[in-house]
Amino acid sequence: MTSSLNLWLIPVLPLAGAAINALLGKKSSRTAVSVVGLFFSGAAFAWALSVAWRVSSAGLPYAEYIAHWIRYGATGAPGSFSADFALYLDQLSLIMLLVVTGVGFLIHIYSVGYMWDDPSYYRFFAYLNLFMFFMLTLVLANNYLVMFIGWEGVGLASYLLIGFWFTKDSAASAGKKAFLVNRIGDFGFLVALFLLIQHFGSLNFTQVFAQVQPLAPETASAGLLTAIGILLMVGACGKSAQIPLYIWLPDAMEGPTPVSALIHAATMVTAGVYMVSRSHVIFERAPMALMVVAVIGTLTAFFAATIGITQTDIKKVLAYSTVSQLGYMFMACGVGAFSAGVFHLMTHAFFKGLLFLAAGSVIHSVGGEQDMRKMGGLRTYIPWTFGTMLIATLAIAGIPPLAGFWSKDEILWKAYSSPHGSWVFWLVGVVTAFITSFYMFRLLFMTFFGDYHGVQVDDHGRAHLAHGDDAHGHGEPHESPMVMLVPLIILALLSLVGGLVGWHNHFEHFLEPVFGSGFTEATGEAASSAKEYTLMGISVLIAFAGAFLAWFLYISRPYLPQKIADGLNGFYTAVLNKYYVDEFYAKLFVKPLIEGSTSILWQGVDRKVIDDTVNNAADSARTISDEARRMQSGNVRSYAGWIAAGSAVVIAYMIWMGVR
Amino acid sequence: MVPLSYYLVLSGFLFACGVTGFLIKRNIIAIFMSIELMLNGVNLSFVAFAAHWHSLAGQVFVFFVMVVAAAEAAVGLAIIIAVYRTRETLNVDQVNLLKL
Repeated sequence: MTSSLNLWLIPVLPLAGAAINALLGKKSSRTAVSVVGLFFSGAAFAWALSVAWRVSSAGLPYAEYIAHWIRYGATGAPGSFSADFALYLDQLSLIMLLVVTGVGFLIHIYSVGYMWDDPSYYRFFAYLNLFMFFMLTLVLANNYLVMFIGWEGVGLASYLLIGFWFTKDSAASAGKKAFLVNRIGDFGFLVALFLLIQHFGSLNFTQVFAQVQPLAPETASAGLLTAIGILLMVGACGKSAQIPLYIWLPDAMEGPTPVSALIHAATMVTAGVYMVSRSHVIFERAPMALMVVAVIGTLTAFFAATIGITQTDIKKVLAYSTVSQLGYMFMACGVGAFSAGVFHLMTHAFFKGLLFLAAGSVIHSVGGEQDMRKMGGLRTYIPWTFGTMLIATLAIAGIPPLAGFWSKDEILWKAYSSPHGSWVFWLVGVVTAFITSFYMFRLLFMTFFGDYHGVQVDDHGRAHLAHGDDAHGHGEPHESPMVMLVPLIILALLSLVGGLVGWHNHFEHFLEPVFGSGFTEATGEAASSAKEYTLMGISVLIAFAGAFLAWFLYISRPYLPQKIADGLNGFYTAVLNKYYVDEFYAKLFVKPLIEGSTSILWQGVDRKVIDDTVNNAADSARTISDEARRMQSGNVRSYAGWIAAGSAVVIAYMIWMGVR
Repeated sequence: MVPLSYYLVLSGFLFACGVTGFLIKRNIIAIFMSIELMLNGVNLSFVAFAAHWHSLAGQVFVFFVMVVAAAEAAVGLAIIIAVYRTRETLNVDQVNLLKL
């Protein structure tokens, strides 16, 4: 620890930006608000870069103590507990730091263009900066408690931003849904923290892991570590939208598109993956918990991908795609390939952030329309958006040499070869890759190819049906302003080359100090490399096959999809309605809760017990006082009589006692 | 030598008379006199004890009581005159403006 990196600046800068915009933004001009919002998020990014530059001199892992928070008992004594405001930087948090600040800054820039006409412009930037603060707190925390602050904070920011257009009923309830579903996950996370405190007396990453390290893996029977691992996974399921708590994420698309890109694709939803990777010491010693992670991840990846096929809202497709890709990351974590999961997290942040921003650019250009059936043929109108979206689509589909190929292939290979893996994970993963490629190209073809089915759009992006050439309308979809295109292009470049850091396992070696050399390599690289290339070839072929099928169905034979949908009538409707999961949850949990609350808690407990107790107490007090009031007649002589009688009683008592 | 108990019984009787008069009389002056009677009943027991225990404290107390009673009589009679001038009555039941 030769020099201080002043890590605390990184989260505090966006907080300052949020405070300034929230307090002064209403009176300020849009330009001032943009300058504040961009400066503070940009400064955080710049500082993160400088930290990355200087980090070798300070050495990793690097810890920074800010202030003392909770101290209970003497340090080290049994039953003592302490948690400080302190930051921790290692290779893992450094990657997260750069992804969050970098992608976050780009999306801030994009938002200037996207949100410019919104009346609550300043509020948007205040929330966005607030989100950055909490996300960076989460990433840089050196103990689970500070991480939990960030964890809850990003939930709050997510709620505020999903419900940003709160006058729209659907947006307000989507925000609530996200918040409530996340609570379930947070509950699991909290219980895991309690278990950690109880058994290890600390929440500090270093201290906890140092105590967990010597423990033997719980292979034979499930124990404490398994319980902690599964509970942490419950928390991750909530935040990272995995089965069974994924239902909030598609609804979260009610928020403005930059929010979907930043929070619900690139950063916040990956917090669960980060948390599981951070806790890898625990998971590695709890094979059953790892199994749960892998199964949930794999199921989610496949399940969400199938829903993605049928969606027609451009953002909903991307939302399900995000859920599915997060499933891949958990699949990687679950087979013990944490670095592969984090690698996919990073490349996913690039290409999914880009996909959302490009989708936002599309929506912007067609005047707020999100239904892909009303788009089509846009590639000539908005070539830059098309180009960047094409790159992102190729990247997510896993076409080499783009970013997604490297990370996805790494995950699939690890799912197959890791001692925790199995060919089942690989098979489902490959099928999901096929579906992914199919629905992404479907999106691309429906949006950018064929004929334009949409309405006419005027200069201000407002749709109107008139075909006339009125004074200020060119009547056609138009390209987005430069301020929106530049982030798209930068992200497209990152999606193009971002995967190359995985070349020859560089990425994995970079993370080795965090995750250890990993038992995944122990299988012997040389012997299995032939197999690895075969599997790689299969997944590339599968990606092309998916793209080809999409081309066949949506370009070559555009009448076919409807026919197939009709042929698979019942099944298609089920998938279109997201397998009725929302309805199922409503029947199973929401309705009993509402009815139980109404009949038992409201009518029973609240009215009968609480209200009646209070009312009866008040009533009896009144009845008694009605009687007691008679003593206060206002007649002086009656008072004197009472005094005389009272004294007589006292005297009689004293005499009687004296006699005894 | 008259025994102490005789004085105490007389003192109690005087006090009881005072209390009774205070409770049943309606005329302010009569009530006022009843109060004086109670005070003097107490005074009697004070001096009786003082004589019995050969302690001056009781007699000093009696002087204080008499001084206070004199002051009270002065103020009380002034109030009674003021009441009579405004209300033309000395019946306490009719002086009831402050009653609910």
